[in-house]
Amino acid sequence: MTPEFFITRHNELIDPFVQVWSWQIPVYLFLGGWVAGMMIITGYFMLGGRHVRRSPLLSALPGVGLVLLSLGMLALFLDLEHKRYVWRLYTTFQWTSPMSWGSWILLLVYPALVVTWMVRPPALLEDLSQTVARASRALQANRELVRAIGITSMVLGVALGVYTGILLSSLGARPLWNSGVLGVLFLASGVSAAAAFAHLVTRSPDERALTVRIDNVVLASELGILALFMFGLLAGSAPQVEAARLFLGGSYTAPFWVFVVGLGIVIPLIIQILAARHFVQHTPIAPLMVMAGGLALRWVIVSAGQVSHWAHGVMGSY
Amino acid sequence: MARYGMAIDTRLCVGCMDCVVACKTENQVPEGFNRDWIAYESAGTFPTIHMEIRSERCNHCDNPPCVACCPTGASHVNDLGHIVLITANACIGCKACLASCPYDARFIHPDGYADKCTFCAHRVTEGLDPACVAVCPTRCFTFGDLDDPHSGISRALASRKAHALLPAAGTRPRIFYLD
Repeated sequence: MTPEFFITRHNELIDPFVQVWSWQIPVYLFLGGWVAGMMIITGYFMLGGRHVRRSPLLSALPGVGLVLLSLGMLALFLDLEHKRYVWRLYTTFQWTSPMSWGSWILLLVYPALVVTWMVRPPALLEDLSQTVARASRALQANRELVRAIGITSMVLGVALGVYTGILLSSLGARPLWNSGVLGVLFLASGVSAAAAFAHLVTRSPDERALTVRIDNVVLASELGILALFMFGLLAGSAPQVEAARLFLGGSYTAPFWVFVVGLGIVIPLIIQILAARHFVQHTPIAPLMVMAGGLALRWVIVSAGQVSHWAHGVMGSY
Repeated sequence: MARYGMAIDTRLCVGCMDCVVACKTENQVPEGFNRDWIAYESAGTFPTIHMEIRSERCNHCDNPPCVACCPTGASHVNDLGHIVLITANACIGCKACLASCPYDARFIHPDGYADKCTFCAHRVTEGLDPACVAVCPTRCFTFGDLDDPHSGISRALASRKAHALLPAAGTRPRIFYLD
């Protein structure tokens, strides 16, 4: 007899499988990771003394980060079902809740981005505001302060990037997410998207060469982290093995291997390695593929994770 | 402080859904949603076939992941008897608690906040049983304090083999099914 399991419950968003998070959360996690990557790269550039000369990327990344983070927060807000109580996030700190940590981290990220931007603001902003120009000169004159800002930017970037993964991995009821590797994976993906964006927008050949090298190293690392993630699932308990099967013949096999691994990592990595070695021209194609792959990664992990579940039955029938 | 739990005799439950109707009526559960439900499970090969009918709901876990993940403290354990409750006007509707529950016991109320079984805390405060327990025609439910060795539930669990749902999930559920 085929084991059978049947329940009379059919709650919206829950049955037949959990679908509580739609497009908003993958977009939020992607934008959050992207901004985290920008903060890490910006901090790295400042520690390397790039603020001394006019750096197109230092002038652009923090400002773009502010916009992207705001869009991410908007996506998160749109996902909330009880929007008028959103202020409750900031009346408490729940140390066991990654979402509470995240909401406070985001509150620190905004001023950090503003201060970072002030170290080397765009020329247009300096022309428009004498205050910005004076603040920038004062900051640049203090090397130790710039160094401290750079380190803070990197630390907050790592915290933000890891948080976007831990948010999911802390939810133990979904076996696919039940891995600490997700934090590192989303951090790497965020840095990769940021490096790809920097590669895409900078007009400086020097910065382009540097960011493509950063992106290639991180993309290669991402492949390794993905392999560890899959290995962890396959070496885990039965629900985790079942979760891994979603990518190994299950319903998420094609999106995962085609959009995340193939088009999002492997092919742009090959193109960018060839570009870094001057076999082909730098084009927008590879960085755009990397950024789209970052979004696809969040979408696949968030969607597939909600499908993965613990066995409902007590007799091993489901 | 009490630590309320529930024991459900699977030999007596016939899946009549009186508990489901009682809950919906008592708690004005919106149309299309359920705080409790019936699970039917069968396994085995003829002639050794086994079937279990269970009335399921929030397990009011001793280690509730829904409380741990809540960013505002809306999901909490109450002082009356470690019952897991939700403060509606502190809930932002982020749905992390829905995703964290291995029993999928929560849902989003049409008004926007997370909702689930409360063990009828408003009745328990007055010394009454939860509505599902009170209406059961086969009297398959035993509700009471798990920390009181003389309570009906403690005696039932001491006298019969019982199982809980998904013990490997580590949530330490407080609803037990008497075998």
